[in-house]
Amino acid sequence: MDTFIPAEYEVVRNPDLCIGCRVCERQCANGVHKYDKDLGKMIADSNKCVNCHRCVCLCPTHALKIVKSDDTYRLNANWSMQAMNEVYRQANTGGVLLSSMGNPNDYPVYFNKILVNASQVTNPPIDPLREPMETVVYLGKKDVEIKRDIQGKLVDTMTPQLKLTTPIMFSAMSYGSISYNAHASLARAAEELGIYYNTGEGGLHKDFYKYSKNTIVQVASGRFGVHEEYLNTAAAIEIKMGQGAKPGIGGHLPGAKISEDVSRTRMIPQGVDAISPAPHHDIYSIEDLRQLIYSIKEATAYKKPVIVKVAAVHNVAAIASGIARSGADIIAVDGFRGGTGAAPTRIRDNVGIPIELALAQVDQRLREEGIRDNVSILAAGSIHSSADVVKAIALGADACYIGTSALMALGCHLCRSCQTGNCNWGIATQKPELVKRLNPDIGYKRLVNMVRAWTHEIQEMMGGMGINSIEALKGNRLMLRGIGLNETELRVLGIKHAGE
Amino acid sequence: MKRIYVNEQWCLGCHLCEYECMYANSGLDEMFKLKGKAGKDILPRIYVEGGEKSPIHFAVNCRHCSGTACVNGCIAGALTKNDDGMVVIDKDKCVGCFTCVLLCPFGAIMPAADGKAAQKCMLCTDNIKGEPNCVKYCPNNAIVYEERE
Repeated sequence: MDTFIPAEYEVVRNPDLCIGCRVCERQCANGVHKYDKDLGKMIADSNKCVNCHRCVCLCPTHALKIVKSDDTYRLNANWSMQAMNEVYRQANTGGVLLSSMGNPNDYPVYFNKILVNASQVTNPPIDPLREPMETVVYLGKKDVEIKRDIQGKLVDTMTPQLKLTTPIMFSAMSYGSISYNAHASLARAAEELGIYYNTGEGGLHKDFYKYSKNTIVQVASGRFGVHEEYLNTAAAIEIKMGQGAKPGIGGHLPGAKISEDVSRTRMIPQGVDAISPAPHHDIYSIEDLRQLIYSIKEATAYKKPVIVKVAAVHNVAAIASGIARSGADIIAVDGFRGGTGAAPTRIRDNVGIPIELALAQVDQRLREEGIRDNVSILAAGSIHSSADVVKAIALGADACYIGTSALMALGCHLCRSCQTGNCNWGIATQKPELVKRLNPDIGYKRLVNMVRAWTHEIQEMMGGMGINSIEALKGNRLMLRGIGLNETELRVLGIKHAGE
Repeated sequence: MKRIYVNEQWCLGCHLCEYECMYANSGLDEMFKLKGKAGKDILPRIYVEGGEKSPIHFAVNCRHCSGTACVNGCIAGALTKNDDGMVVIDKDKCVGCFTCVLLCPFGAIMPAADGKAAQKCMLCTDNIKGEPNCVKYCPNNAIVYEERE
């Protein structure tokens, strides 16, 4: 018999408030709640609870709360309860531990140790409510050659650019890992906001071709759903070399999530696990990468920018330097806190480096080598707020990808059980009865609200710094100061300590 | 006239609308005070169709339809269609014969909990909410209150 592992969280019901409407029971796909006829009241089995808060949010009388269980093994500063439970779980099953969403462990969040400057007296601040504040960003290669024809007129040599109304894009999340309605919400929001969403590696559903102007399609190692029309429909094409949540490994979408629609979109058999390999089997060098970039550019008549996405790893700056010379227009760097629909726990929690450090190093390296204008840089991997966007841009990013916060706008409560396919919020699931819980009419508005709110805040922070164009903030590290960081951290980030 | 419409595509079958309806018409100041009363002392005027295992659910309440079989069949003159087009019930006139309950093709009129008169949805104009409470608290916009041709 399996070792019993006590519930990490407990469902607590206030009997004075519960009216027995059974909404919690009907809304829990994990079967936590039920009406007990013998007792004549609602009861809960906390052992099934994943703490997604669906019941708490929908309970009309707010009778429910979920608390951390105080059940404990003998206290041990060396063996945490979680470490012990993971051993028991593996002894029960013999399997690799799976997790989802971003690395939750207690590593430093450098964004929280960076402070932003503001103007006082000289170079006065600007009031964004009264004066124009430019947040438009163009992504793509900037160092174009100036050419003139025989008459001396300028020849347009500008390579294709992506225009964003605000320096925020929705990061790659595949159809399969997330639901049709989640994709519909992202696509509609991107269109309304004048930004981009990213298909991830799962192909593009036929219904979403109408959002093509705001769609970035991904070509990953599994090449799911990649065909000529797919490439030519998109505004840009992203080659996924790696993902912050699981650098060095591929993807694994369980067969249960490969519904008929997902199967058609991915061009793979229904119900069979979709496994994307760790490497692209045709890429073993920067030269190979260059071949793929130019194959894609040929296929799309050099009309679309090509993004190369890499995970933030130890030598990311050198890798970025190679990518910047390989013909890519944009580099996306994904930090170790980035989310995922499923990853082996050990990889997610132990591999990769923070986006703040990776970004600063990539920007610095490309500047030193005089190739920073060859590419734009996208920062990804747990951008929590508009303040993080501002800090990322000042550290050298052109714009940021947001994934986790976008899903949270759609209802996600970070229960980190995406891999089960039982998402009570209708996001990370393909079960029709759960998918319908996310109405895109509501979802897209919430995404639009969030990005608009962030944009207002970015404008406020820019105004405070006396900057009226987001481009003037890019790589402007004098606007940043570290707090409580050591010499090495400050050197890697390329910023001074507060007070200096 | 603005009416309540149901988008069955988005109905989750959570039955929240029934409880919001009962609360709106209970006159109680806090929803939790419905405890022990819901479904006994007060009945909802909106019902979710589709059983627990059904893939499709939708909430049904008075359509304020043009046929108005209920109005034509009412022996006491308790049911009328007002100038806006809303079907209104006057509980003081209702004699509890429930002819309207038999006539309504949607099953949207039902005996009230006291069994003495019929009850039906009047778009929350007859309680302090003022606008349909089921619509306001539907978590997935499956019930909407809008003007349609």
